[in-house]
Amino acid sequence: MTARRVVITGIGVLAPGGIGTKDFWSLLSEGRTATQAITLFDPAPFRSRVAAQAAFDPEEHGLGPQEVRRMDRAAQFAVVTARQALTDSGLDRSEHPPHRIGVTLGSAVGASMTLDQEYRVVSDGGRLEHVSHAYAPRHLYNAFVPSSFAAETAWAVAAEGPTTVVSTGCTSGIDAVGHAVELIRDGSADVMVAGATDAPISPITLACFDAIKATTPRNDDPAHASRPFDGTRNGFVLGEGAALFVLEELQAARRRGAHIYAEIAGYAQRCNAFHMTGLRPDGAEMATAIDAALAEARTHPSDIDYVSAHGSGTKQNDRHETAALKKSLGDHAYRVPVSSIKSMVGHSLGAIGSIEIAACALAMENHVVPPTANLHTPDPECDLDYVPLTARDWRTDTVLTVGSGFGGFQSAMVLTRPGRNAA
Amino acid sequence: MSPATVVTGIGITAPNGLGARHYWDATRTGRSAIAPATRFDPTGYPAQLAGEITDFTAEDHLPGPLLAQTDRVTRLALLAADWALADAGITPSTLDAYAMGVVTASSSGGFEFGQNELRALWSKGSRHVSAYQAFAWFYAVNTGQISIRHGMKGPSGVVVSDQAGGLDALAQARRHIRKGTPLVLSGGLDASLCPWGWVAQLASERLSTSRDPHRAYLPFDAAAHGHVPGEGGALLLLEDADAARDRGAHVYGEIAGYGATFDPAPTSGRPPTLRRAIELALDDARTAPADIDVVFADAAALPELDRIETRALTDVFGAHAVPVTAPKTMIGRLNSGAAPLDVAAALLALRDGLIPPTVNVTPDPSHPIDLVTEARPAALRTALVLARGHGGFNSALVVRAADPGRHDAPADPREGRT
Repeated sequence: MTARRVVITGIGVLAPGGIGTKDFWSLLSEGRTATQAITLFDPAPFRSRVAAQAAFDPEEHGLGPQEVRRMDRAAQFAVVTARQALTDSGLDRSEHPPHRIGVTLGSAVGASMTLDQEYRVVSDGGRLEHVSHAYAPRHLYNAFVPSSFAAETAWAVAAEGPTTVVSTGCTSGIDAVGHAVELIRDGSADVMVAGATDAPISPITLACFDAIKATTPRNDDPAHASRPFDGTRNGFVLGEGAALFVLEELQAARRRGAHIYAEIAGYAQRCNAFHMTGLRPDGAEMATAIDAALAEARTHPSDIDYVSAHGSGTKQNDRHETAALKKSLGDHAYRVPVSSIKSMVGHSLGAIGSIEIAACALAMENHVVPPTANLHTPDPECDLDYVPLTARDWRTDTVLTVGSGFGGFQSAMVLTRPGRNAA
Repeated sequence: MSPATVVTGIGITAPNGLGARHYWDATRTGRSAIAPATRFDPTGYPAQLAGEITDFTAEDHLPGPLLAQTDRVTRLALLAADWALADAGITPSTLDAYAMGVVTASSSGGFEFGQNELRALWSKGSRHVSAYQAFAWFYAVNTGQISIRHGMKGPSGVVVSDQAGGLDALAQARRHIRKGTPLVLSGGLDASLCPWGWVAQLASERLSTSRDPHRAYLPFDAAAHGHVPGEGGALLLLEDADAARDRGAHVYGEIAGYGATFDPAPTSGRPPTLRRAIELALDDARTAPADIDVVFADAAALPELDRIETRALTDVFGAHAVPVTAPKTMIGRLNSGAAPLDVAAALLALRDGLIPPTVNVTPDPSHPIDLVTEARPAALRTALVLARGHGGFNSALVVRAADPGRHDAPADPREGRT
């Protein structure tokens, strides 16, 4: 039996500065940034007061007042982008029984925003250790266990197949899609709605990133605060958002004449088994993940036309990742354009891996690679072609995207353009 | 044909027994650990009973630097991981790091750690929040910490599907093994018995408000009225069957089949999907319903959910056709920890030819199932474990006995490495 191949046939994206693929791609291809001073709450007490916020009105995107009440902001993002992806795919639901459709949803921090807000209330502003159940909302359990996000998404698309949340920190967005691909390949489902969401811009998350100085204190220039690979960078900019995809088996997608954005040809995940937040500078484990993803995709390093970098904008990451790319791609690492869209849309933790997959698919669609914004003063230790400032017209048929996260997770995925006549 | 996945090590932290031997001694004899909560003062809350682990002193097992950065659930997970590896006779430092993975399920992460930092934030200010909050509370923490402690760099993962997640993790681990990673540590734990976790669980309106430990968690009983939350869970060492045989490992049994479904929205009018999950698992295991010797039920203990489970079982197996048990009546519902613990109990039941009991329950005649309320000797080859998560997650897993003739005892948990 030939292995089932899995393709993206629908994209939904909700990113800072761009909701929907059209606006999202305009932002990226024009090299604009969506980082700003935080307005979701008063950030005055915090060291880092910038973030990339989505201009999101849930009711404008079709959510009812009751849906809004019971869902964390991240779940709202997931439901909206799931519907976008399904519409974009043109899938005729009557041809797919619900039990052959599943959901895999990535999220690093679940309903942390709701938990933060509700803890403040039930503890009466932190005064009560013995928090009051009388002030807990009816839907607090949905925030307690973020599998509720996958449940909401499954209901939104009427899926009754395998459904779960994948939560591997900041690689969740790649790993959720990788998980879904495996379910289609092994026959557990024919269609998967998969991707990731996070809405982490809340006081508790700012506070913990302040404590480890992971986020940038560049509060005086929010629009230029996210500077991956730049010598002046000093931490990442928190973001939020979601991207979900409709994934299908290649032959079924062709039979129905679906528009195919890309094939997910290779995926691998590894752990560095080193430190919960630290990275070894040699990038060995990320390189191993890249090598495995390339092998699964039967792709040679020199075939890679574009690398969507993790590029968070911490010195540690940027050097780790640069070393990993050199180890895996050899001399080709110096020739292939590498960029980080986190320079424009920030780092939305678990969501960003899927948002970057969306960017990769759109880069292939347009034969344009998005730039790394704000890159004026290259770090001498990061000496690859990071596509500074301006998008580039570029033949883009095969793409590598990578992610790295707390817990030591390292993930890589290869997207290709399935040949017209390939089996 | 994919290689089989077998279980060669069991690590258990359960309310009625720390370590596989103590857990199984308690479970086969029906010893319950449900009691008034002591880890926090439950006075004033409508529910006051819990299944707590009362004999766990983290300092006995873990070094100081790890204690500072871990929630209770991660400390329990690290201990369960140590014991599963020791039980399997695996020394990770002697193996290829990339040939070992970790897949865990979590429902609520390091929730008590998160509670304490939220309290610091709102009572004292943002500068009082611990740097460890950046990872100690999140769902990936157990997989990350276990991989670091044992140098396991291979394909790993973290799933969250409420109580169904424990089986989903084992299924993902099996997928990794089939793709070529010979050894994966997998299972799940939860431990959110703290005021904030209690209030969050109360919101589900599924907790028993009984004050009587013997009358609080009564699945399939006419008096079913909710469950008692518990803490802990299990991690299992899963291996490629050929690799396990080559190294002469003791095999508890095979992870033979798995299926997962999701229920339609409550307003859809469509039927629940637990039956299909069971059928998928049986098909995957190439097993007929008649070959299943015992079912470890999800046992929600809410009348509607119990009816759905009974209906699924009778649709697949017929009325009173297969013994059904719920040893979790002794310890409460452990969220992601529940199902891996049931898988461990099922493997030990197969080994000893003994079905552990469902305690305290008088089966309601409206449930036409053979509920095992006293420990029952039986020849057992194949068991089915069910788990359901809040919102509609259904997972089913089939375990099959290893070749007969091996009756090794699990490693003494007190001998676990620190």
